[in-house]
Amino acid sequence: MCQSKFPNPDLPEEKSGSSHSDARRTFLKQSSLLTALALAPSAALKAAELKYEEKVAAVFEQVKVTLGINGKKQKLSVEPRTTLLDLLREQLHLTGTKKGCDYGQCGACTVHVDGQRVLSCLTLAAMADGKEVTTIEGLADGEKLHPMQEAFIKHDGFQCGYCTPGQIMSAVACIREGHADSEDEIREYMSGNICRCGAYPNIVNAIKEVKNGGQRV
Amino acid sequence: MIPFQYVKPSKPKAAIDTVAKDQTAMFIAGGTNLVDLMKRGVMTPEKLVDINKLPLRKIERENGNVRIGALALNGAVAEDKLVMEKHPLLSQALNAGASAQLRNMATVGGNIMQRVRCPYFYDTAMPCNKREPGTGCGALQGFNRMHAIFGHSEKCIAVNPSDMNVALVALDAVVLVSGPKGDRKIPFAEFHRLPGDTPQIHTNLQQGELIMAVEIPENPYTKHVHYLKVRDRTSYAFALVSVAAALDMDGSTIKSARLAMGGVAHKPWRLNEAEQFLAGKTANEATFRQAAEIAMRGAKAFEHNKFKLQMGPNTIVQALKNAAGAV
Repeated sequence: MCQSKFPNPDLPEEKSGSSHSDARRTFLKQSSLLTALALAPSAALKAAELKYEEKVAAVFEQVKVTLGINGKKQKLSVEPRTTLLDLLREQLHLTGTKKGCDYGQCGACTVHVDGQRVLSCLTLAAMADGKEVTTIEGLADGEKLHPMQEAFIKHDGFQCGYCTPGQIMSAVACIREGHADSEDEIREYMSGNICRCGAYPNIVNAIKEVKNGGQRV
Repeated sequence: MIPFQYVKPSKPKAAIDTVAKDQTAMFIAGGTNLVDLMKRGVMTPEKLVDINKLPLRKIERENGNVRIGALALNGAVAEDKLVMEKHPLLSQALNAGASAQLRNMATVGGNIMQRVRCPYFYDTAMPCNKREPGTGCGALQGFNRMHAIFGHSEKCIAVNPSDMNVALVALDAVVLVSGPKGDRKIPFAEFHRLPGDTPQIHTNLQQGELIMAVEIPENPYTKHVHYLKVRDRTSYAFALVSVAAALDMDGSTIKSARLAMGGVAHKPWRLNEAEQFLAGKTANEATFRQAAEIAMRGAKAFEHNKFKLQMGPNTIVQALKNAAGAV
């Protein structure tokens, strides 16, 4: 636990003795030297020697992850700061998943991780290591749209379309979870997906149709 | 977000030692609050210790207690059979919080540690004694509609935003903690703090201490319970006022009661005196109204949240009526 940017007065002095940057520098030196020996001796050692800390950090503070993306296994290298959303959009060019608020308030970035709907903007890519991710691109069966995609088109479940990928990923999960038994229940369990255009009644109708149609989602 | 180092230990001891030794390190579990705060520059850990490999996900029964692992997901706990049967109040409170997506990410331990949602805490351009001690409280004379009416200080008037915490304090839960100096148990009511002069200290956890589980003792509140949350929209919003009510009934007589409020204080607000008043009384509106009056004693509102002085007691009465049901 770190109490924001200041020391915790409940703790003894010596623990807050070294400054953040000191600790960081020490870590960088140690880790860069150790890792450098194993990986890229000359370049990294030289960088460490010249105190090019940021450069060393950029080379070595990468986390290797293996993710299943829409059924395909991918080995990737990510900076710890990278969110799953940014990984999908910027590195993998899967731009179907949308960045709305980027703070976990709108639901536009909803994807499935290991079958559960989650917000990719608040998921660090490094933390999704070993998991199976499904995005809107992975929902259709080739050229054949997923029943929920068909239903959204049929019921006009969108206007501008920006929230739609998140709405559809959430809607599919809503039925799989067993939370689409009534309009009220659908509204409650779809409340994490905000639609600025106000297509809510049509979204509810689309979900109802898929649910009542009994198709496999 | 500032750069940080990321580590993922597989043993609790390694995780605890790492954070205990390094003031700049923090645990991360679901990340739904911390990643948000890091993006905004409110929290700036230089090392994240991902605890998701630790074996802390189980929900189990032990000597009558229900023990919920710190990494159990909010959504999973809300729909767990044992929780629904033994502690339906907790299930209701969890389902009233956040959205389905967030409940699939957020853990029980993380929910307990959730920071305040005060806009002055979130905005690094604003004064906030919690974020930066000594800069003042922006909310005190500012926009304080969502803020506290109990237990606040001149230094901070923010509220604890969790719904789960309100149910857990009502149910006399105990937080099981492991740290560099060993294990300890913290009663839920003593886990969070009032702001006083040190609003920057969020909870009574020490550096490096890790929540391992929450234990709820066996209780008779399996039937007459209700979590009532009043908010600006029907779903997916923080509480203006919420009430967790649990009654043990014998016909129309209340044998005992548990009552707590959310959205009104810096910690989940247990209403002990109102509970004592309710014990032995007949369940009816007049009784509930009197209990609500007792509960509201000492409340002090600010410019924009005076409505909570009426909304508070009304929500208590309604929650108790819903909990009692047709008696």
